[in-house]
Amino acid sequence: MNVHFTVNGEEREAAVQGPESLLFVLRERLGLLGAKDACEQGECGSCTVIVDGDLVCSCLVMAADAEGTEVLTVEGLATEDELHPVQQAFVEHGAVQCGFCTPGFVVATAHLLEHQPAPTEPEIREALSGNICRCTGYGALLRAVQSMGGASP
Amino acid sequence: MSVAPPDATTAPGRVGSSTLRPDGVPKTKGAFAYASDLQDERMLWGATVRAPLARARITRLDIAPALAIVGVHAVLTAEDVPGLNAMGQIVQDRPVLAENEVTYWGQPIAVVAAEDRETARRAADAVIVEYGELEPITDLVEGHERGLVFREHKARRGDPEAHGEVAVEGYYEVGTQDQAPLGTEAGIAFPDTEGGVDVYAVSQWIHVDHEQIVDCLGLRPEQVRVHPAGMGGAFGSREDLSLQVHLCMLALHTGRPVRMVYDRQESFASHVHRHAARMWYRHEADRDGRLVRVEARVLLDAGAYTETSPAVLNNAVYFAVGPYQCPNVFAEGYAVQTNNPPSGAMRGFGAVQSCFAYEAQMDRLAVELDMDPVELRLLNALETGDRLATTGQLIEEPLPTRAVIEAVRSLPVDADRPGNDPLGLPGGTGLTTPPNSVVRGVGFAVGIKNLAFSEGFDDYADARVVLTAAGVEVHTAAIEVGQGMVTILQQIARTVLGVDQVAVIFDDTSLIGSAGSTSASRQTQMAGGAVYRAAARVREEALRRADGDDLTGAGVWRDGTVVATLEELCGSDPIEHEVRYRHIETAEPDEDGQGSPHVDFSVAAHRAIVDVDPELGLVKLVRIDSAQDVGRALNPQSIIGQIEGGTMQGVGLAVMEELVLDRGRVLNANFTDYLLPTFLDAPPVQSVIVEEPGSWGPFGAKGFSELPTISSTPAVVAAIRAATGKALTRVPVRPEHIVGIE
Amino acid sequence: MDIDRPRSLDETLAAAGEYPDATLLAGGTDVMVEVNFRTRQVRRVISLRGVADLSEWNGTRIGAGVTYRRMELGPIPALAQLARTVGSPQIRSVGTLGGNLGTASPAGDTHPFLAACDASIEVRSRDGGTRILSWSEFLTGPKLNALKPGEVITAVVLPEHLPARQEFGKVGVRSAMVISTVSACVMRDEEGRTTVALGAVGPTVLRAARAEEMMSAESHPSAEALAEFSRLVSDEVRPITDHRSTEAYRRHASGVLARRLLERCLAA
Repeated sequence: MNVHFTVNGEEREAAVQGPESLLFVLRERLGLLGAKDACEQGECGSCTVIVDGDLVCSCLVMAADAEGTEVLTVEGLATEDELHPVQQAFVEHGAVQCGFCTPGFVVATAHLLEHQPAPTEPEIREALSGNICRCTGYGALLRAVQSMGGASP
Repeated sequence: MSVAPPDATTAPGRVGSSTLRPDGVPKTKGAFAYASDLQDERMLWGATVRAPLARARITRLDIAPALAIVGVHAVLTAEDVPGLNAMGQIVQDRPVLAENEVTYWGQPIAVVAAEDRETARRAADAVIVEYGELEPITDLVEGHERGLVFREHKARRGDPEAHGEVAVEGYYEVGTQDQAPLGTEAGIAFPDTEGGVDVYAVSQWIHVDHEQIVDCLGLRPEQVRVHPAGMGGAFGSREDLSLQVHLCMLALHTGRPVRMVYDRQESFASHVHRHAARMWYRHEADRDGRLVRVEARVLLDAGAYTETSPAVLNNAVYFAVGPYQCPNVFAEGYAVQTNNPPSGAMRGFGAVQSCFAYEAQMDRLAVELDMDPVELRLLNALETGDRLATTGQLIEEPLPTRAVIEAVRSLPVDADRPGNDPLGLPGGTGLTTPPNSVVRGVGFAVGIKNLAFSEGFDDYADARVVLTAAGVEVHTAAIEVGQGMVTILQQIARTVLGVDQVAVIFDDTSLIGSAGSTSASRQTQMAGGAVYRAAARVREEALRRADGDDLTGAGVWRDGTVVATLEELCGSDPIEHEVRYRHIETAEPDEDGQGSPHVDFSVAAHRAIVDVDPELGLVKLVRIDSAQDVGRALNPQSIIGQIEGGTMQGVGLAVMEELVLDRGRVLNANFTDYLLPTFLDAPPVQSVIVEEPGSWGPFGAKGFSELPTISSTPAVVAAIRAATGKALTRVPVRPEHIVGIE
Repeated sequence: MDIDRPRSLDETLAAAGEYPDATLLAGGTDVMVEVNFRTRQVRRVISLRGVADLSEWNGTRIGAGVTYRRMELGPIPALAQLARTVGSPQIRSVGTLGGNLGTASPAGDTHPFLAACDASIEVRSRDGGTRILSWSEFLTGPKLNALKPGEVITAVVLPEHLPARQEFGKVGVRSAMVISTVSACVMRDEEGRTTVALGAVGPTVLRAARAEEMMSAESHPSAEALAEFSRLVSDEVRPITDHRSTEAYRRHASGVLARRLLERCLAA
């Protein structure tokens, strides 16, 4: 079956086999490798994307059910010449080590700041508690997000 | 000695500055290629048939039903392994594919290649395997008693009759921790047209992978090229082979590229874990608190095959006393063979297990002596000019043990008392714990570990530095696992050469010699040392060619004027130097474990502040303070990242991370039940970088990245003990242990 | 695989009636884990995502499609408390009340609330009309419920008057994103009538009837009465030992948690 949806502002069509996940379809059929596959059970946030404005784990979205949705992935954040401010902050504050969790964190942070431009430390921690990072211990991530406090994403 | 603020900077991009990592931009954009992202238009997908039992005879193996599935190209079993059906970097004893028997849960039995992932998985399901279950050996003590031991190691030093006036004794246990790198095992292999193969897969040491792959495939070394691939973390889990030989076999068999990406359960099943440990300790001291005698017996659960267990075991024994002086030591360790999941390298490598025990012992001793536990540690601290308690090795390099202890102690201990925000209380959003049910505790711990390889191993790293008109190329087989290798090598080359444009090129095994393993906290000194020296030779030649006195990106200078641009200098003839760098020789210890097996050491200290809900056994980490010996800080931001990240892995072991086993099977091989600390569990970490430059690392730098994981665990547990008065002799500490009911 | 995307409740019931074995897909946060882990075969899916009727929330009637995120921001205190503990923000933005009932895990986070307030579950089918089941009729065992083929969970109906004093708590080893070791909800109305329901300590959520009876008779509970309440709760739960915790700890923690929640009710 084919699904039609908007991905990063572009109309896309993708062949879908059975109940496979949006994550698999983004990565393997559309070549959007930014969302990462780390647990396939919604417990790590590495595959985080935004579907119709909601922050979701793309591994838990059935691709066949994404017909007609608007999907934003990490690839849709930077422009040709410029990083998204969240990406810039992550780079500058050393919030990236192995980087496998980074795309999910970037999307979740952008979503947070869009809804809450100046989150407190506990708000940042809770809003990003669905994204696991195994390398940084979260310190640099916190500093990166805090550095954007007040800045509109 | 100086204590550097973390934001100390020198020239941008050079050693000492918090230079930004060049792969940060592609990683934030989702454009960085990890092993699991590698693909090819012609590729097949691989899948693996795994044992559901920890110990069994294979009574029937029938691949026909899998082969009958449309789209399946190959189903391979042990009899298809072209060369040696055994892997292992110390002893080759782990089968590529199980033959006749399985000895651990998840052991690979067959591999398949098919047109797509779903077909490959269905084919794996369709392979018929029947088992005759055997009773697995899962108890460490039982395995030891039965003599199932891969390696034993003893350290006997001093007077067997010497005793102290004050003694403390206890048993300690460490559960099985997993590295849980976020990226699972993944890779792709391409057959060449002449019977050879190129493989791109997760690895911490491509050259040692290469040796084993060549043996297993029965090929000539030049027929196999092992390439580094982007990795979502490692922490020791990529030191041993996982899917590499399988990929190559399938690619060679089908003539097509073959790709595999493990799911999380396979990842848990397929890589080695941190050794579970059971330890007995007796510490004796004089009335003033000086250690007189330490006895220790350490059992490590090695699992079914050797892997790196001999080295992990030796390390556990070498650091059995920790960063303390003691004249009389009688320690022994055993790496025990069981049918539990295979164990091997994980950050801290044996030093983690001992540290949990000896730091608990130091606290007990302080209680017996009625002494401040930090004072007790300062009194016994091992420093330059002292001898390592277990081996008697003279410490010749800087070892600022007292400095790290003092640095942590001098940080203010006060922290906000818990308020009403549940996020600041044990139980978090679960709303379990009112502020008046909380007790605060503070705990302290110090850890030590060796740097680089030991025991006479020929430890070297190759690097090639090339100066062209476009700038500098650094070629290395060191691995960027996320720690920032790429940045450090750039900084070293820039600083030595004075040229800003530096590209680090991670070559495959056919293009560059080994860098040794990216582990043992060794690459800053080893690969960094090789780059430092190769760059220095390049600079010398550049100056010689143009008879100059300085080199920058503008070219060679003489008396303040550029006399040759890079284009003129090396536009048609690049300057290239390759260096094989070795640290000073080490030696195997004698039969009593005495000698000088190590080249260098690093120390770290942690202080943890916790709030505990004793009635429910829940813990909230308030803050962790840390001080870290780094020699010289080459990149403070990256150092802080290593301290914070390593500390959190120690926190995980302290309070939540453990593989739960039943008859050798892992009951929680998923991220729902193997719990990693979340953003809400992670306390702020305040870090002090202690600089006392070493003699041999580039610019005085020392490796250190394992250290933060070593002393954080005992510091957290000490804090929980301080809050609750419970003995807590096992990690991870579970709520039922704190409450005191099983 | 085929997928139906009904836009209305009638269309949903028609599809479910025609394909009684179809997988009903709401937030997907449970179904897709089983799909990804290959433990569920899916041949036909009825997606509930586009069925606006299911997402309506009118006072005490909460549509099955209401997400945890909406419950978290909603007006019912204990429901908001429990919703905040479910999974991660990513899970809460799509996971639904109906899904939590459909999955029927013994650790289902909404269950203690529903049991404590004696909620009913409304299910409908094309051919069988509407059935209203009490929570205890609906939740029949671990991962088992009373839904018949062709039926769809449409709403949860709460009593018209919920006690103002209602508190939820959940014990887990991690501060977020954790399956409960024990969860509990305590409610106490103005007459002192007290209910207590506990999750993850039995095959389904359960009520501690003796503890309720004892505490409902206490107009101003003493410390001794609270201790007795705690003891009775610990006595009445039926936990097991598994890879997450032990029977003894769960029994103990049930009593402690229930007592603390009651104390919060009394302090409110």
